[in-house]
Amino acid sequence: MHKYIPNTDAEKKEMMKQIGISDISELFSAIPEKLRRGDKCKIPPGMSEQELIVHMRELAMKNVSAYDLKCFLGAGTYDHFIPAAVGALTSRSEFYTAYTPYQAEISQGVLQATFEYQTMICELTGMDAANASMYDGVSATAEACAIALVSARKRNKIIVSDSVQPETREVIKTYMNGRDVVLLEIPFVDGETDYDALETAIDDNTAAVCIQSPNFFGIVEDMDRVGEMAHDNGAAMIVNTDLISLGILKPPGKAGADFVVGDAQPLGNPMAFGGPHLGYFATSGKYIRKMPGRIVGETTDNKGSIGYVLTLQAREQHIRREKATSNICSNHALNALATTIYMSLVGKEGIKEVALRCANNARYTRDMLLKTGKFKDMFNKPFFKEFVVSADTDIKMLNENLHHMGYIGGYKLDKKFPWLKGGWLVAVTEKRTKQEIDDFVKKAGDAV
Amino acid sequence: MIPGENLKYSKDHEWVRIDGETATIGITNYAQVQLGDIVYVELPEIGMVADRDEAICAVESVKTAADVMTPVSGEVLEVNEKLEDNPELINEDPYSAWIMKIQMADLSDLDNLLSEDEYAAFCEEEE
Amino acid sequence: MSKLIFEISRPGRRAFDLQNTEIPQKTPAELFNNKSIRKVDARLPELSELDVVRHFTELSNRNFGVDTGFYPLGSCTMKYNPKINEKVASFEGFSELHPHQPAESVQGALELMYNLEKYLAEITGMDYISLQPSAGAQGEMAGLMVIKAYHDNRGDFARTKILCPDSAHGTNPASAAVAGFDVVQVKSNDLGMVDVEELRKLSGPDTAGLMLTNPNTLGLFEKDIIEIAKIVHDCGGLLYYDGANANAILGQTRPGDMGFDVVHLNLHKTFTTPHGGGGPGAGPIGVKERLHSFLPVPWIEKTGDKYDFNYDKPDSIGKVKSLYGNFLVLVRAYAYIRTMGKDGLRQVSENAVLNANYALSRLKEAYDVPFGDRCMHEFVISGEKQHKMGASTLSIAKRLLDYGYHPPTIYFPLIVKEAMMVEPTETESKETLDGFIDVLLKIHSEIEENPEMVNSAPHNTVVGRLDEVQAARKPVLKFDFPE
Repeated sequence: MHKYIPNTDAEKKEMMKQIGISDISELFSAIPEKLRRGDKCKIPPGMSEQELIVHMRELAMKNVSAYDLKCFLGAGTYDHFIPAAVGALTSRSEFYTAYTPYQAEISQGVLQATFEYQTMICELTGMDAANASMYDGVSATAEACAIALVSARKRNKIIVSDSVQPETREVIKTYMNGRDVVLLEIPFVDGETDYDALETAIDDNTAAVCIQSPNFFGIVEDMDRVGEMAHDNGAAMIVNTDLISLGILKPPGKAGADFVVGDAQPLGNPMAFGGPHLGYFATSGKYIRKMPGRIVGETTDNKGSIGYVLTLQAREQHIRREKATSNICSNHALNALATTIYMSLVGKEGIKEVALRCANNARYTRDMLLKTGKFKDMFNKPFFKEFVVSADTDIKMLNENLHHMGYIGGYKLDKKFPWLKGGWLVAVTEKRTKQEIDDFVKKAGDAV
Repeated sequence: MIPGENLKYSKDHEWVRIDGETATIGITNYAQVQLGDIVYVELPEIGMVADRDEAICAVESVKTAADVMTPVSGEVLEVNEKLEDNPELINEDPYSAWIMKIQMADLSDLDNLLSEDEYAAFCEEEE
Repeated sequence: MSKLIFEISRPGRRAFDLQNTEIPQKTPAELFNNKSIRKVDARLPELSELDVVRHFTELSNRNFGVDTGFYPLGSCTMKYNPKINEKVASFEGFSELHPHQPAESVQGALELMYNLEKYLAEITGMDYISLQPSAGAQGEMAGLMVIKAYHDNRGDFARTKILCPDSAHGTNPASAAVAGFDVVQVKSNDLGMVDVEELRKLSGPDTAGLMLTNPNTLGLFEKDIIEIAKIVHDCGGLLYYDGANANAILGQTRPGDMGFDVVHLNLHKTFTTPHGGGGPGAGPIGVKERLHSFLPVPWIEKTGDKYDFNYDKPDSIGKVKSLYGNFLVLVRAYAYIRTMGKDGLRQVSENAVLNANYALSRLKEAYDVPFGDRCMHEFVISGEKQHKMGASTLSIAKRLLDYGYHPPTIYFPLIVKEAMMVEPTETESKETLDGFIDVLLKIHSEIEENPEMVNSAPHNTVVGRLDEVQAARKPVLKFDFPE
């Protein structure tokens, strides 16, 4: 008898009687004898809850996290503050133990929350429609490229800027592997997309141009210029952005973006060693019926009351099967709920405050690092909450030293950009205080 | 089927009305019943050139989406824009709610189509 | 009717405070070029914290989870989500790890993942596991890419086709198409299983592989699996296992032993990680030795007692997802496997199969049972008889809502008319099953006496039957703010 399995021996006997068998093993008779596992399973014996907690705590304590150290590392995943109400609400089991809301009448909770989420995403990004979320920003970007490709008849070129996060570009490549597509990468100059190179590369075979702003280096790109170039050639513009930045920065929708995608982990979701995060996907009206994944729509019931349902499902895998534009099935509903609750808590004013604080903290940190005399700006452009400085030192050693002194240091840039030696990508969120920053800067300066 | 209207049919459940070199195409009653309430028609682009049996547009209902193959090759001359706002016209009267008009490139494509009786027999087999 | 959060918003209300700072604050205009600055605020809500909490609490009261009641969705394995798993996943030593931290600082996380890989390999009978895919569908895509890489690597570019049974889950052909294959459907025989002769005819030098679930989506064990594996392997193809139905065979048999070359598992089904209202889940894949080098990077390697990531795998299909996978989902699955242990896992499949057969044996009294009265962990009944009496499977499902049950999966698999797929799982008691069965039998009587009652269901839910046609014809996908 196991605590997760209610059937008692007596009940099992009754059930077997009803079925007409005398032993449970009869129900497995279809499995050929030579395939039976018998007693050979090598999984260790089960643990009681008490033992499990001890074991898991031991494992957790073999890690040092942003709970123990002050985090100055970003590169796509960020240490933002998560208000307590987020976790309290997402741990309501009516939300987290629920399935996908296909039976709309008993899933109005998740459906309405998703409708609110879609609305907030559109508000921040300046777009016409958003879906109910995807796995992460990286796959959302790859999906946008796929949709742009399918929608642009007789065009098969996708252009991606090198200032887009490296992992995003890698996954786009993986997704494009099975397709007839020309994937072109445009270099960056002084940390920003080389717009002249882009202008030369765009032609009437280009289905879409994909940029990130703020880009991987934290730098704000010229979306208007890219948008113009794209549209002059009949191509779509895909912008990957940080929703926090949209508290004070121009929404890509206003720059003419056709798709706005990215990772919403910074809004209410923990860093979680990389997952689960949250891909958001927003689009202009033209592409509404091509959006991948689940979408919630408003409708009425047979008495005229407003309700919410999953809609536009005919595009999805369970109906189109091999003709679906995407094979996505699940979304990251619970993470989307966390983000919706976060956006509701910070609200109209709070998102501006968080964004402005991040930007100011980052500028201050950069200025102080430069003041030590040990660091130089690698690029000379306005940045949001991340920036690159360079130092004449081994960045790995620098980070190791800082680790011992209570800090998670910035990203070693030459891991992905080998020619940017000594480059250090530092992120500063609203969680960092002046004291922490001053101490971090001093220790970093001393360690170089 | 409308008795007396000399329509041709395809095995993909499209009907074709021929007028010289122009073919007007829609989907049959059998198709619209199978699809259920139609919610959207993705019309082809005017000027598009397609081969026979190429999927050039799609009809969506709540529960399914179906490609519409063009039963004849040629260039799309006109599309029925009324279907953009009122896709349900296909459910209401599938034989007047045409989808597209094609300038036929090869009249011998018509040889592949079914007559009214042949199509009726074909549908019965499908049941 | 619950108001939308935008409708309860009031200008000036706050639910958030930001700590004070001693750093002098510059304005956006001082930090950025004018053309980069936002001019119009996003209309996020303005509420007090209590407003927000009440709003979402109310929404939760309009939702149905496994903790609320019975959820017999076929192929979804809606089993109990243990609370201890939630607790351990929230440890800061797991949730506050940055993915780019150096390996030395995350040895516990790497150890957990390494051991989870070992356990999943043991459970599936495969040689190597990748925990990277975030969902079953993504696992399928990754697995199919591995198959393609394998054939390409051998110089065999003729392998363009993937075979799928006509009873397969929609993600199977969709994933195959996304991975660049043509999809060929294999018909089922009268017993609902793969038609072996059909398969023999369709297999050839252009076959990259066959995708199969076992038990299949009808809840039937493919008895001819050894023959099926031989046919596919003899023609040079590979065998892919869709692990959606793994709950039936835990501890009993393994896809690796059946001859499968690639496997994906759904941790949010078999391994109790919560469905979350639609996600997140995890879809790790397993492969046999000869496909090892194609797995996504990075791999987790153990040297002595130290763990590290290894990216140096030139034949890898690359990355299908950013970073390493849905780590906090993996933590829950790991905790579950450690809780159940070898004997517990075996009891899972025994009781899952027992429960399903019990429910089937009672339901056949009133519902058509197209494939006999034995099944594995799930079964398919048909509402065809009831449909002829005047009420469709859809109506039966809606009527179940009135009695407080989540309906089974409906209209899937496509090869059964008016299908209802029921999967009770092992965490349900006999009396829960009896309650559900009694209601389904009652609804049958209702259809006999007064089908309109069933056709106009649901009556007792917060909203009645919703107009899905309108939602699809004139999509309203966000709130329309009043000017």
